[in-house]
Amino acid sequence: MTIDTLRLTAEEAKNLLERKEISGSELFAAYAERDDDLNAYLHRCEDPGGDGIPLAVKDVIGTKGIPTTAGSKILENYVPVCDATVIANAKRHGLRTLGKTNTDEFAMGSSTENSAYGPSRNPWDPTRVPGGSGGGSAAAVSGGLAPWALGSDTGGSIKQPAALCGQVGLRPTYGTVSRFGVVAFASSLDQVGPVAKTVRDCAYLYSIISGRDENDSTTVDVPAVEIPAAEDLKGLRIGVPKEMNHVEGVEPGVTELVDKAIALAESLGAEVDECSLPLSVDYGMPCYYLVAPAEASSNLARYDGVRYGLRVDGDDFREMVMRTRDAGFGDEPKRRIMIGTYALSSGYYDAYYATAQKVRTVIKREHDAVFEKFDVIVSPTSPSVAFPFGAKAADPLAMYLCDVFTIPSCLAGLPGLNIPVGLSEGLPVGLQLIGPQFAENTLFRMGYALERAIGFDFVPERLR
Amino acid sequence: MSWEAVIGLEIHVQLKTETKMFCRCRNGFGGEPNSQVCPVCLAFPGALPVPNRRAIEETVKLGLALDCEIAERAVFHRKNYFYPDNPKAYQISQYDEPLCANGRLAVPTENGEIVIGIHRAHLEEDAAKNVHVAASGRIHGATATLVDFNRCGTPLVEIVTEPDIHDAETAKRFLQLLRQTVVELGLSDAELEKGSMRFDVNVSVRPEGSDELRTRTELKNMNSFNFAAKGIEREIARQIRVYEEGGTVEQETLHFDPTQEDSPPLRSKEEAQDYRYFPEPDLVPVQPPPDLVDRMRGEIGELPGARIRRIADTLSFYDADVLVTGGLDRLWSDVVAAGAEPKEAANVLANQFVAAGIDPGAVDAGELAKLVSARAEIPRAAFDEALAHAGDAGFSAAPYLEQKVVADASELDPVIDRVIESNAAQAEQYRSGKQGLLGFFVGQVMKETGGKADPRVVNERVREKLG
Repeated sequence: MTIDTLRLTAEEAKNLLERKEISGSELFAAYAERDDDLNAYLHRCEDPGGDGIPLAVKDVIGTKGIPTTAGSKILENYVPVCDATVIANAKRHGLRTLGKTNTDEFAMGSSTENSAYGPSRNPWDPTRVPGGSGGGSAAAVSGGLAPWALGSDTGGSIKQPAALCGQVGLRPTYGTVSRFGVVAFASSLDQVGPVAKTVRDCAYLYSIISGRDENDSTTVDVPAVEIPAAEDLKGLRIGVPKEMNHVEGVEPGVTELVDKAIALAESLGAEVDECSLPLSVDYGMPCYYLVAPAEASSNLARYDGVRYGLRVDGDDFREMVMRTRDAGFGDEPKRRIMIGTYALSSGYYDAYYATAQKVRTVIKREHDAVFEKFDVIVSPTSPSVAFPFGAKAADPLAMYLCDVFTIPSCLAGLPGLNIPVGLSEGLPVGLQLIGPQFAENTLFRMGYALERAIGFDFVPERLR
Repeated sequence: MSWEAVIGLEIHVQLKTETKMFCRCRNGFGGEPNSQVCPVCLAFPGALPVPNRRAIEETVKLGLALDCEIAERAVFHRKNYFYPDNPKAYQISQYDEPLCANGRLAVPTENGEIVIGIHRAHLEEDAAKNVHVAASGRIHGATATLVDFNRCGTPLVEIVTEPDIHDAETAKRFLQLLRQTVVELGLSDAELEKGSMRFDVNVSVRPEGSDELRTRTELKNMNSFNFAAKGIEREIARQIRVYEEGGTVEQETLHFDPTQEDSPPLRSKEEAQDYRYFPEPDLVPVQPPPDLVDRMRGEIGELPGARIRRIADTLSFYDADVLVTGGLDRLWSDVVAAGAEPKEAANVLANQFVAAGIDPGAVDAGELAKLVSARAEIPRAAFDEALAHAGDAGFSAAPYLEQKVVADASELDPVIDRVIESNAAQAEQYRSGKQGLLGFFVGQVMKETGGKADPRVVNERVREKLG
């Protein structure tokens, strides 16, 4: 039988495999043979055999024996000696790695334009970005190059590309998915999560990768994952933060589709009311751009050319390290290393890093208070639909604003789900659902009911 | 003007846990270079630290032994710096929320005790070992550096004292007492030669009676208690000289080399590092539960300081100190309990026994007691030989005790006469006032009798015959 990789969900693939209507190798080949004209992959893998579902993996996630570059020249030749815990978990379920997907360098960016290996293209419009940093994973799933994928999210790197490519993406609660083996960007924010075509696929992949890991002390026991099936939203209390909806800077087409989705939720039985996160939205961005670069400045200091990765020789140790880092890091990591180093420096620590941590606590409390009254809060995932290449690349601040709605809940350690809610001028619009800690099941329930009610076609129009 | 020294100590002790601080690599001295390594301690991308429970427990135990407050919540921080022995480019250490703080260690002295405040004791990971390849083996003049990561990530406790020490002797005695405490708690071998105990010394001086704290210098990389004392004395003298000549002491780190006249600076204040400490986001705070703290408290026996004070009631303070800090006092107690005279037993243990380098744990106290009690009745040579074997398995004092010393004057007199006769010139000198030659004659007689003569009787008889 012919396999329509654009349309086949992981759940359907699993059923076909179980009923032996297709073989594992046929399924893998269907994806592997598809031309990657999106530059979604940095590296594609041979079929390791078996009859599990194929999986695309963001290139910040370490894969034993398979190059893992994090989108950076400094790790161009790096091949991990062990699998990340999420990969070990995936392998235990038979999942087979199709390839490593493109990412902004060290997951720093919102368009994949910061990848040292060139940007990925949006399957809905190849002249536009797929979002970032996990643009490769979202483009691969959307473009029929993978049934589903793993991404990583620090300030929006799963949710925002999923929104721009019309896919479902979950950033899990901090501590539910192991970070062991995942190239670190900002340790207190990084989380691995699934990108999928449907909410049910997303929930299933989350159930595979999540759980306490003895190799990551920040992980915890995770409530059993429920694959959603209910089509109503009775009793669900939905909060609409006024600072994140109907605000300046959001494209009218985005607002319109988000409003329609909220109205639909209400018609499915949910109670909808306005709520407020005044400090989180105003201070989330500056807070994030102190905490994340500070941690990054420390995490990226290990790339010195001594033990692995790129080495540019010099006359002595210092010179070798400086030359290696100068040649190996692109502009965005350099920018963030400098910002972060400054924020942690003696004399500035209290004004910047310590203050940002206090703000982070305020943001957490503000979310806690809202979740006393609501089960889920909603907003646009991205203020805009996919933008053309180069539109924001020269202006870091404009690029940073892509994540204005995704960042606050990341700082609070909360789970967030993107679901596509329609097309604005032919490009997907995403709705962001945020829940309290460990409320993934609630997000899946709401996401699934809306997905059924909206009936969004996740296959890009030009490829149908 | 008279001056007072102000001295603070920073001591690093390597814990002898099975595995490293944040990974499962073996924690052990030796091994082929870079054979005890993994992605975590080599800082591969994505590697994460997981704290060693035993190391935390042992640090709590040490904190209790040093009378510290044990934190209900302690935090690991990252200390960021670039150096080839530091592969993550940060060391996981503790900063403003250490496991143990505000303790004290009382150093017994002949006249009471000197209480030294313990500012803090915290847990961190050790760096790798840089092997500087140069003819001298020292940092100065090295031409290349090799890195052995076996030590990288091994657990290290850092103990910081308050600046409560005012002379080199007290610093030395504090260090000896601390070392013995750590060894007895079973935390570490604390062997200076192997680097499992290391210390840095901060020294400043001020006019006697003042309470100001002047600029201090740091002496790094001491690897012997005597060198530390010598280095401190030298640095105190240097600083006093600088002030008396109207100069100022610069804040700097000095590299102590006992073979050199002075300590060359390693780095000055201008090069002082900004470590950009921040809480380690890969770890959660450590919260030692009360039952753990109680359990650790229960594992602490009578501490060395207390034993010195107790034993000094029976023996001299000096003997008590030597026995306890030498790890010999338990054997001494056992030997005395088996019937040896306390002072005699202390002398034997503190002198000949230590010199023979025997493991006190391997000795049968009953047999040693017999030997100590018979010390005056058997020839010196037999006693020394017996002591050398006291640590052997199945050692028995009996064969040595059969060799009796010759104390009978009628047996010794002919030998003494012969010695005087054949050394007539010396005998003449002695008689004309050179009394120091007495030892010469006694020695000759001992030699003639193969060491079996009783030196006291020989002494007496020689004096009589020459007199």
